[in-house]
Amino acid sequence: MNAKIMTFRDGLSLATAHEMEADPNVFIFGLDVPDHKRIFGSTRGLLEKFGPERCFGTSLAEDAMTGVALGAAISGLRPIHVHIRVDFMLLAVNQIVNMISNLRYMSGGQLSVPLVIRAVIGRGWGQSAQHSKSLQSFFAHIPGLKVVMPTTPQDAYSLLRTSVRDDNPIIFLEHRWLYDIEGEVDESLAIPLGQAAVRKEGKDVTVLSTSWMNVEALKAQEVLATRGVNLELIDVRSIYPLDEETLIQSVKKTGRCIVADYDWTYCGFSAELAARIHHRCFKELKCPVERLGFAPTPCPTTRPLENLFYPSAVHIIRTVEKMLEMKPADLSGESFYSYEHKFKGPF
Amino acid sequence: MKDILTKEESLKLYSKLVLARFSEEAIRREYHKDEMKTPVHLGIGGEAIPIGVCHALPKGSKAFGTYRNHTLYLALSEDTDGFFGEMYGKVSGPGKGKAGSMHLSHPESGLMATSAVVGTNIPLAVGAAFANAYRKSDDIAVVFFGDGSVEEGAFWESLNFASHRRLRILFVCEDNQLAIHTPAKSRQGFKSIRDVVRAFNCHMGHGNGSDLLDVVQTAHSVVKNMREEAGPGFLHFDYFRFLEHVGPREDFDAGYRQKPTAEELQKLDPLKSFESVLLENGCTREELTQIDEHMRIKIDQSIENARKAPFPSPEELRADVYT
Repeated sequence: MNAKIMTFRDGLSLATAHEMEADPNVFIFGLDVPDHKRIFGSTRGLLEKFGPERCFGTSLAEDAMTGVALGAAISGLRPIHVHIRVDFMLLAVNQIVNMISNLRYMSGGQLSVPLVIRAVIGRGWGQSAQHSKSLQSFFAHIPGLKVVMPTTPQDAYSLLRTSVRDDNPIIFLEHRWLYDIEGEVDESLAIPLGQAAVRKEGKDVTVLSTSWMNVEALKAQEVLATRGVNLELIDVRSIYPLDEETLIQSVKKTGRCIVADYDWTYCGFSAELAARIHHRCFKELKCPVERLGFAPTPCPTTRPLENLFYPSAVHIIRTVEKMLEMKPADLSGESFYSYEHKFKGPF
Repeated sequence: MKDILTKEESLKLYSKLVLARFSEEAIRREYHKDEMKTPVHLGIGGEAIPIGVCHALPKGSKAFGTYRNHTLYLALSEDTDGFFGEMYGKVSGPGKGKAGSMHLSHPESGLMATSAVVGTNIPLAVGAAFANAYRKSDDIAVVFFGDGSVEEGAFWESLNFASHRRLRILFVCEDNQLAIHTPAKSRQGFKSIRDVVRAFNCHMGHGNGSDLLDVVQTAHSVVKNMREEAGPGFLHFDYFRFLEHVGPREDFDAGYRQKPTAEELQKLDPLKSFESVLLENGCTREELTQIDEHMRIKIDQSIENARKAPFPSPEELRADVYT
């Protein structure tokens, strides 16, 4: 393996550069893409290397720019459209849900839509209700879209390359706190969509996580390991297509499952996983599947409430303790992640 | 006429007018049987616009339309088997029955997509124009839309981007002064859409959408300017919608608009007016009748074929969602 250490953000920019080198039809655009901050550094180097024809900013027109991406995609180009916040992408929902997801079907398969829409999700600090959503449940609800959520630098790199090469529209959701994580990236490793990753094997409880919740699950696993509990950690990675078999086999083995999703729970992706697991693991389950996600509220600004809004390692630990009928551990000596104390890797 | 169209071209355009009109008259005739289970937005009265504009466009142009797309589909593809296949929900339609009337497309003839959410097709066409510019091609993309579309944000966002990047996108506003049943004066805060659009530095054209010759001439001049100097074109054509917004009937009794007199209707009918032009310019009644007959047979045969064609198999429900 020829691996280099790099951050998640560098994995994204490197993957983009490699795809733009490999195919002149690939271009990247969106508000702020070429400015000095380069979407938290994830489009760094592209303007210099490929010029303003293939890396450019746009008017503030998310709806039309998304339609432009679609028009370009059905004309043989392979656009990567970037939103610095998933919340801004909501201005383009008409194009995404009425046009992009439908066009292949409505044309009876005559058209294909090779298009990646990248969006930054999740928490900074105090980002409040309009800079904080994830929305994978919403996008994955729509037939015709694929939804990908990388966690590690390797996944950021490999899954973005796979997504650009896919002939279907892909919503690619990147948690802002993951951008700083460092890890090994093997540039030759291709990862297909629809493949979950077992991050750690364990026998007691399966924790199925998306995006940043994988980091929280890892912390929970470390804390619980000192008390003799072995979590099996699975990074779902691909919301659609879903690697159902890996999840099901794990829950059949452990008999217990927590879905730790980084989204609202009501009508959420966590409900989808819970339903599928109950259906297929009914006999093996020792207790009902538990779901963790955002509080059923808009995201508040103030830190104490924000901490309650987002699910964390503490929520996972407490849920495992209940499942296993353990006494709650004293967590006062533990250090959990926050904006000031972010996980930096390696994974 | 001769300085605009050769006789051969004019007969070809006449045959397209007839093809579109007779196809839609056939829908009106057959619709009550409830075999065509798809909402139809008939374009009777507006046929000259897509036919004339497409004639003025260079080969290789990519077109985008609305749900009132029958003429555009037939003008570009002349594929009546596919057209009626789609009306009848049969596998012989280009969308295998999944498109119906409202989402007809025929990419191999340049009709990329048509959409039934007002304004949504406009940025797609700009994207096709962007793809041309990206490849350093001077090809043109064209998008047809109604006067309601210019009230949508997507129109202004698209116009601004296209103007800023000097894309060769031809915006064609088919103006019947109605958004379903609501007249333009109840909806629009501007006096003239052209005055506003002109400020975005477009090649401008305005014509009588009921007059095929005028459409061709106006479109030709704007297309010529667009080829010489990159940038968007905006064509504005007035026309009269003969039928209800959706469905096979007239609806003058609904009270939201006046029925024109018979004499006025004659002038507003692009087929009748073009027929008169042809007869005044050396075409014979026999030549036209021959085209009429040929198209009638073609359409009847396609309807027959569509009736006989199979419905898509159950597996088709889940096919074509992804590649």
